[in-house]
Amino acid sequence: MSAVFRTCPSTGLRIDSQADSLIKAHAVVATVALLVGGVAALLVLLTRWQAVHLLDAVWFYRVLTVHGMNMLIFFILFFEMAVLYFASAILLNCRVPAPRVGWAAFGLMVVGTLMVEWMMFTGQADVLFTSYVPLRAEPPFYLGVILFAVGALVVVGHFFAILVVAKREQTYTGSVPLVTFGALTAAIIAVVTLLHGALVYIPTLLWSMGLMEIDPEFYRLIWWGLGHSSQQINVAAMVSIWYLLGAFTVGGVVLNEKISRSAFVLYILFISMASAHHLLVDPAFGPAWKVWNTSYFMYMAVLASMIHGFTVPAGLEIGQRLRGVTQGMFGWLRRAPWGDPGFSSLIFSLVVFGFVGGITGVTFGTEQINIIAHNTLRIPGHFHSTVVSGTAMAFMGVTYYLIPLIFRREVAFWPLARIQPWLFAGGMLVFSTMMTFAGTFGAPRRHWDITFSGAPFQVEFSPAVDLVMGVMAMGGLVAILGGAIYILVTVWSVFFGRRLDPEESGVGKQGLGLPQGLIAPPRPLGPEDNDDALESHVLGQAPGTMVLVGIFLVAFVVYYFVNWNLLSFLWKVG
Amino acid sequence: MYHSGLEAPQGVWWKPAHPAERVWVAIAFAWCMVLFAMMPVWHLRGGQNPSGIRHRVEAKAYAARTVEFIEEHKIGDDRGMPIVAPPPGSHVYLMASMWQWMPILQLEKGAEYTLHLSSIDVNHGFSLFPLNINFQVVPGYDYGLRVVPNAAGEFEIICNEFCGVGHHLMVGRVIVVDPAAESEGARQGGSS
Repeated sequence: MSAVFRTCPSTGLRIDSQADSLIKAHAVVATVALLVGGVAALLVLLTRWQAVHLLDAVWFYRVLTVHGMNMLIFFILFFEMAVLYFASAILLNCRVPAPRVGWAAFGLMVVGTLMVEWMMFTGQADVLFTSYVPLRAEPPFYLGVILFAVGALVVVGHFFAILVVAKREQTYTGSVPLVTFGALTAAIIAVVTLLHGALVYIPTLLWSMGLMEIDPEFYRLIWWGLGHSSQQINVAAMVSIWYLLGAFTVGGVVLNEKISRSAFVLYILFISMASAHHLLVDPAFGPAWKVWNTSYFMYMAVLASMIHGFTVPAGLEIGQRLRGVTQGMFGWLRRAPWGDPGFSSLIFSLVVFGFVGGITGVTFGTEQINIIAHNTLRIPGHFHSTVVSGTAMAFMGVTYYLIPLIFRREVAFWPLARIQPWLFAGGMLVFSTMMTFAGTFGAPRRHWDITFSGAPFQVEFSPAVDLVMGVMAMGGLVAILGGAIYILVTVWSVFFGRRLDPEESGVGKQGLGLPQGLIAPPRPLGPEDNDDALESHVLGQAPGTMVLVGIFLVAFVVYYFVNWNLLSFLWKVG
Repeated sequence: MYHSGLEAPQGVWWKPAHPAERVWVAIAFAWCMVLFAMMPVWHLRGGQNPSGIRHRVEAKAYAARTVEFIEEHKIGDDRGMPIVAPPPGSHVYLMASMWQWMPILQLEKGAEYTLHLSSIDVNHGFSLFPLNINFQVVPGYDYGLRVVPNAAGEFEIICNEFCGVGHHLMVGRVIVVDPAAESEGARQGGSS
């Protein structure tokens, strides 16, 4: 089968039509999963908002299971598969070597998804996202997860094959771009993660059929080798998209390939240790194991994120300074294209992931501090600011570029698309910080009724918790509105949007429907754009970024030690 | 010359770090070392650690041990749930099941107990309200935590690991009494 190519009018890249189609298919299914998960989010929110308390207990846990699986597995992974095809076949100018295998893998993932959805909606898998044994679902639930994972593993293999073909056929010179390197990181982590998945779900399937026994702590250890390590796929994919959106929107540069690539490698090296974050107050593991693993080998994965958290904004700053945006410390932020949803998404993703997600994650993942965080609302507060405000926000931002570049359509409802990241990120920021705050009082996660009506003893949370959770609900509703706008804009654009002519790049176009980075692409850099072209400042060549990371570090230190202080007032326990 | 993350770098890219990065990487590395050091330091100097005595236990054996413990130290009951007052320094057994914490514990302020936690069915979550002390309770494992209550009062145990549809009904109780205040009360004639 010979590949059919088109030439991209914006980038000049040769694009295999099979790559186009595979990206479209995965992105469309991801959006459907987002819709299902989003409706579930609304129902869960309206139940935990005690003033409404919409669902009954059975449906609350059922819908919570649906929310977790659709968002954290189906939406994220289908989108990541699209990102893998984009970062390999598109960015490397390469053909898709085995389109039939690609479609078979896609089919397997869809079948697995449908099986899991069926089991959840018919009440045969009321076990929540984590499905801790010995809480039991019917066997087809586990089988569906396995089929989905096998499909994803084949796509990852296909991605590696594209890299090999591109190298052999010399579709690019030099080393793969940093964005592709980041996607490669995500793919390698995906292999490790999916192997953990096989190791835990195959025995669990057999157990659910009554064929073998399974130890609850073995399950928790290996399941989190899947469940937490897979978050590192999300982080690596998200950081790649930060570099990608930075380049598209304002011509962000890479300060140093060695540093950025080494930081990606740090994610891979310590990935399997992440499981420990969920086992810090478990009875099966000793303190040395907990301390060593929860720290990811002395916080080297945290170091990696702190490096990207600096090099991405510094790359934006220097990229703009080279192009003449040199006013003051923050001129590069003030004059940035905030009306480009790709740019605003990038900044919101970076800031909320770092300031809220990163700081809370490291703090709650500290062995002893976990005593005052485990299974409280602090935990979902943390991961809604990482995987939702961080990863999902970045994925949404890049969609506004994928629609014209891959789907060859104009973005519909442009004024709505422009405000979408503001609503989504703003809402999620309120939602996740309030959720974290409610958890500080001990309010439990995954709980139908924290007024405990009908329980043998009365438990009455401080009125502050009611207030905080009311504000949380408001934030959540705004975020859900932002998510709904995203779905409306993408679905409408893809099916009913104005088609772009094959030669149409959008450069210099007035009017609505294309992001700024395509209408007015950043000036290409030449040999004269070197360090000599930058002003020297007492804080270095990226002074604005230096100030921002300084503020970040102060916030981090304060939050971290406040939590040690809170812990010290408790009963002695050891 | 600078390039973006979309462009394939040509030639050798293993070059010395950008000057703007060096300072931050050094600061971040130092902070990571502080983060790492804090955990062992707290094991040596701090009062709250999730270490405990940990071993495997059969659900049946744990249930039997709990029943024995209840019979030994029972002082009353509340709507059918036994109230148990173990002596300071003793081993205390709390059993989680769908959907109750058994028994009600009465402890003394300032005394040390070894509080054993286990489940006889699925995973549960021990969360002491309103203090916000949380531990995972896993079937097949006995988690023995040395605890010293530091204030008198009534505390509830919330289950914070999903354990089925009755999850929100699973509330237990710990009563902490202050022996100093009680003997004071007794001297004054036991009335208040």
